[in-house]
Amino acid sequence: MSKGYDRLLAYNEYKFNIEIQQGREVRKMIEMFDVWKKYSNGVFALQGVNITIDKGEFVYVVGPSGAGKSTFIKLMYREERPTKGQIFLNGFNVERLKEKQIPMIRRSIGVVFQDYRLLPNLSVFENVAFAMEVIEAPKKLIKKRVPEVLELVGLKDKITSMPNQLSGGEQQRVSLARALINSPSIIIADEPTGNLDPDTSYEIMELFEKVNYKGTTIVMATHNREIVNNMKKRVVAIEGGKVVRDVQRGDYGYEN
Amino acid sequence: MKINTLGRHFKEGLKNIARNGWMTLASVSAVMITLLILGVFILLAMNVEHMANVIENQVEISVALDLGIEEEEISQLEKEIRTMDGVKSVVFVSKEEGLEQLKERFGKDAYLLEGLEEENPLNDIFLVQAFEPQKTGVVADQIAKLSKVEEVDYGKGTVEKLFMVTNWVRNIGLVFILGLAFTAMFLIANTIKITIYARRREIEIMKLVGATNWFIRWPFFVEGFLLGVIGSILPIILLIVGYQALLDNLTTSLTISFLEFLPLYPLAYQISLLLMGIGAFIGVWGSMMSVRRFLKV
Repeated sequence: MSKGYDRLLAYNEYKFNIEIQQGREVRKMIEMFDVWKKYSNGVFALQGVNITIDKGEFVYVVGPSGAGKSTFIKLMYREERPTKGQIFLNGFNVERLKEKQIPMIRRSIGVVFQDYRLLPNLSVFENVAFAMEVIEAPKKLIKKRVPEVLELVGLKDKITSMPNQLSGGEQQRVSLARALINSPSIIIADEPTGNLDPDTSYEIMELFEKVNYKGTTIVMATHNREIVNNMKKRVVAIEGGKVVRDVQRGDYGYEN
Repeated sequence: MKINTLGRHFKEGLKNIARNGWMTLASVSAVMITLLILGVFILLAMNVEHMANVIENQVEISVALDLGIEEEEISQLEKEIRTMDGVKSVVFVSKEEGLEQLKERFGKDAYLLEGLEEENPLNDIFLVQAFEPQKTGVVADQIAKLSKVEEVDYGKGTVEKLFMVTNWVRNIGLVFILGLAFTAMFLIANTIKITIYARRREIEIMKLVGATNWFIRWPFFVEGFLLGVIGSILPIILLIVGYQALLDNLTTSLTISFLEFLPLYPLAYQISLLLMGIGAFIGVWGSMMSVRRFLKV
């Protein structure tokens, strides 16, 4: 086993041991306490956000453009840092992480973007395998696991295709496969259906449901009214940098 | 790090070089041009340094002894001079030898000196060289204080001026080389920065899926190293071939006695190693500097 992959396993075991020692299972995936974010241009993107997301939840984040949705999402995978407040990810205080721990934490998070962010000069297989190579997983495991995950997202027959030969929906499937490949405990998606037509969007959402059904927490920012209304999941609405609504089995709540 | 991973980094580095063909060409050209100019200056500076050394080493003190000096006193004096601080060599030239040399120098006019054998007007002399040519003056002053020494001459004034010139030449050469090296570094760093900028998305994704910073850096390290080394090959060949041609031309056409160039070997090895080293260093440095910006996600 390679060092990087060992570290990932060790990290998971460490987490598990803490849970055992405390005689309980850590139920909370994400916790934010009074989180503020002020950008260098003086704009307050978030103003005192408090939220708790449990493991296994499926959460839609809705709200008008520029209301702080993206910032909220970016704080979760530490692309942005809060100006004030505390963020806990899987029981770890994100702000107190040492430089060396950040890659380890990122390995337990899968991120999916609106623009897929695939590497254009790598094949479908390579794009997904990339995420495993990067954490120094053994080659044998890569060869076994990548086709498995590609089958899960329904792309088994496109394994040697290049991204530019795929439709938007297929590209998003590859990007989801890449996010899933290291079995993360949470998937964070920023408008994953933003560039897709309604039918394709549904297919992608069904995939997310499937992943969530297997126990992975999902947080998704979206503008897709129909999907939110149909799925009946938890809905968190952000406006003017504040959480203005947080309901289970909620509706989109905005006119498109 | 696993051997496997090291292999991957090497493969990635090579792949990147092949994949970014035009950018590779741009970077390698930048390395080549700057190393070529740098190489010319280094060769020039090394030769100037060499010539300065040769000229300086020709500076010697001529110590004229008293006319009626006894042989015992001569060997005593020689011992004294030899044991002085900073004296490299002492050569005794008797007045008879001195006369012979003078005749040789006169050539066909040597008849003018005929008849001087009986009443030789020359002094016995010591030719003394200092270990450090620049300290010749000090040594000469010390020798002048000894008894039985009539006169000490080392071209006072002229020699000091010569040393001033050689020092200037050295310093200017050094400044030029340092300046060029820095220009080369920034030129190469900038070219590599453009190639890395084109790949910032790749780095971004690597960070997001949890690659460590060193995992991301290694392929760029390899790439920078290879770019530097590849870029140094052509300049090395050009410089060696050019230098060889220069030497051939100079020895056949004009032979200027004091213009003594360094021989091709071991200079060729030295300059190859030096340029390759500089190339590799600035290649690695440039790509590390450029990748640093994108690691802060």
